[in-house]
Amino acid sequence: MSQNNVDKILAQDYKLGFTVDVESDTAPPGLNDDVLRFISLKKDEPAWMTDLRIIALHKWEKMKEPHWAKLHYTPIDYQSISYFSAPKKAPDSLDEVDEKILEAYTKLGIPLEEQKMLQGIAIDAVFDSVSVKTTYSETLKDKGIIFCSISEAMRDYPELVKEYMFSVVPMSDNYFAALNSAVFTDGTFVYIPKGVRCPMELSTYFRINAKNTGQFERTLIIAEEGSYVSYNEGCSAPQRDENQLHAAVVELIAKKDAEIKYSTIQNWYPGDEEGKGGIYNFVTKRGLCAGENSKISWTQVETGSSITWKYPSCILKGDNSVGEFYSVAVTSRMQQADTGTKMIHLGKNTRSTIISKGISAMKGQNSYRGLVKVGPNATGARNFSQCDSLLIGSQCGAHTFPYLESHNAESQIEHEATTSKISDEQLFYLRQRGISEENAVSMIVHGFCKEVFAQLPMEFAVEAKELLNLTLEGSVG
Amino acid sequence: MMNIKNIHAKIGEKAILKGLNLELEKGKIHVIMGPNGSGKSTLSKAIVGHYDVDVTEGEILYKGQNILETTPEERALSGIFLSFQNPVEIPGVNNTYFLRTALNEKEKNEGKKETNAAQFLKLMRQHVEQLGMKPDMISRALNDGFSGGEKKRNEILQMEILQPDVIILDEIDSGLDIDALKAVSEGINRMKNGERTFLVITHYSRILDYIHPDYIHVLQDGQIIKTGGPELVKTLEAEGYQAIKKDL
Repeated sequence: MSQNNVDKILAQDYKLGFTVDVESDTAPPGLNDDVLRFISLKKDEPAWMTDLRIIALHKWEKMKEPHWAKLHYTPIDYQSISYFSAPKKAPDSLDEVDEKILEAYTKLGIPLEEQKMLQGIAIDAVFDSVSVKTTYSETLKDKGIIFCSISEAMRDYPELVKEYMFSVVPMSDNYFAALNSAVFTDGTFVYIPKGVRCPMELSTYFRINAKNTGQFERTLIIAEEGSYVSYNEGCSAPQRDENQLHAAVVELIAKKDAEIKYSTIQNWYPGDEEGKGGIYNFVTKRGLCAGENSKISWTQVETGSSITWKYPSCILKGDNSVGEFYSVAVTSRMQQADTGTKMIHLGKNTRSTIISKGISAMKGQNSYRGLVKVGPNATGARNFSQCDSLLIGSQCGAHTFPYLESHNAESQIEHEATTSKISDEQLFYLRQRGISEENAVSMIVHGFCKEVFAQLPMEFAVEAKELLNLTLEGSVG
Repeated sequence: MMNIKNIHAKIGEKAILKGLNLELEKGKIHVIMGPNGSGKSTLSKAIVGHYDVDVTEGEILYKGQNILETTPEERALSGIFLSFQNPVEIPGVNNTYFLRTALNEKEKNEGKKETNAAQFLKLMRQHVEQLGMKPDMISRALNDGFSGGEKKRNEILQMEILQPDVIILDEIDSGLDIDALKAVSEGINRMKNGERTFLVITHYSRILDYIHPDYIHVLQDGQIIKTGGPELVKTLEAEGYQAIKKDL
């Protein structure tokens, strides 16, 4: 009886699967130099950017799609994708944003205006390929903080973009990063000047709306000496039968004594029970702890996408720098996730912490893949990794692939891993105390994830919990 | 209070209860004794709707309905509480959070105002102290790494906080040292109010020295074969279950 309930609840509709009818300017499917020129033109980019895109494309053309991850999917036809889609009306201010887009954001629970203002969150929203609205940037400007779309940054702060873009994730770093470098269409740019503590949470919301398009955003965050910023991103997509590609790149740079906290709630459409549709999510995220005592912390809650390929990493170059990775990855239905992190210890006394919680339900397959590498000069480096898997039902799978590599005898790496299953007896115990089956599952799952949720900013923790409930309510083993 | 009529129940393919009849009176303490494998735990599981037990015939009437048609959580919310023989460990779920959720569910169901976190913490502290439990029970995960005695006390703690109407205690006394047995018995005695009904399943008579039962039922081979007052315990102690069977 309980298994039926589980399946019923797990199979419930994807709540964000609506489409919005907005007239859009879309590039014809296909990928070649002309498409890149079209994107550059549409985005009114400087010529140097167009040239870089073309270089990236030519590098990509010589590369091969990687298949080392534990993921199975139908081959991607890169020529059938449209690499640019923008709402036809180009918005400059909130007043000019198409009402239908605003409506879409309201449906997503992302009020662009007063609500977020009240909460003190600055938000940038990327709808298909274009950043539609950045709130609060005026207020931030007073502190010298730049928070804008990457396209604006190319026009207004070309020196910063030229200096830092591709500095952490080089163009040809990997297949998907190269593709992104050629076709990226928008994303967020953040610059925190020396000694400034960003007074509010910065937030971006990504939405894929148009059909047959991919989304390729590129985010660049630079925290100067002694600065601090907490940045959050969320994403969703309509429910469609065909797979859509999302290949993003995020680069973070933390200078001496700077700290960047980067939180993600990823809820792209996961596909249906048979594995039809859903987003292919191939993302490269990397942070460079460039200076002494710098810190980069990744927190991710991954509940969506049919395929997830994502390893937010830290290069701990500065002495005493700190890298953290906190992750909850949920795979349900036919979802597959191969996710984890890389902690590269280069500086002395660098420290890293990895807490990964994988949850698998229905036919979901969840793999943790993590690399901890200690370089020859990283004397006193320490890592602690903990990878826990929770299975709900008997058709899902959890896998752990830790790679540990130490080239310095005076360093320390610790790895712990557990796998557990929600048992019928646990659920029954809670039900005998008057707690419904759905709430019982959610209670156990939240208990399992709480170390990670504790890392999220308050509002996002609430959102993450609700999302987890939606994704997993009632799943029983 | 609860009328169990002609219950036949299987676990897997094995018939365990074979036409069991038992009427539980309001405000009374009923004790079920019987040899291993006679069906004592199966009876308690049948009452709370445990997934192991398949009830094939009969009915359990309680508060005007046959509860066999209701879900385990509905039975719990209607006031039926089972103290588990082996409480399961649930890592990550905080004991206090769990118990407040359970209490709030009950309050919601009864249309009462929900006890808030601060009020609940106070209530929890009070009961933890009363039961002689360690203060860290408040912050630990539900039964996670608890000793046998701690688990049993935690069941009594839940019982005292949830204030149920029908309380089934499945071997609450097994594996307890004398101090724990006393603490648990005191908890049970605090719950007696002339309204609440208890069904105590036990192998041993020693807990009966503390809780003073009204009725003793002997369960054998899936049926109640004898019912008597507290004095029946003495006979059982002296002569064993076989003697009773011979009497019949």
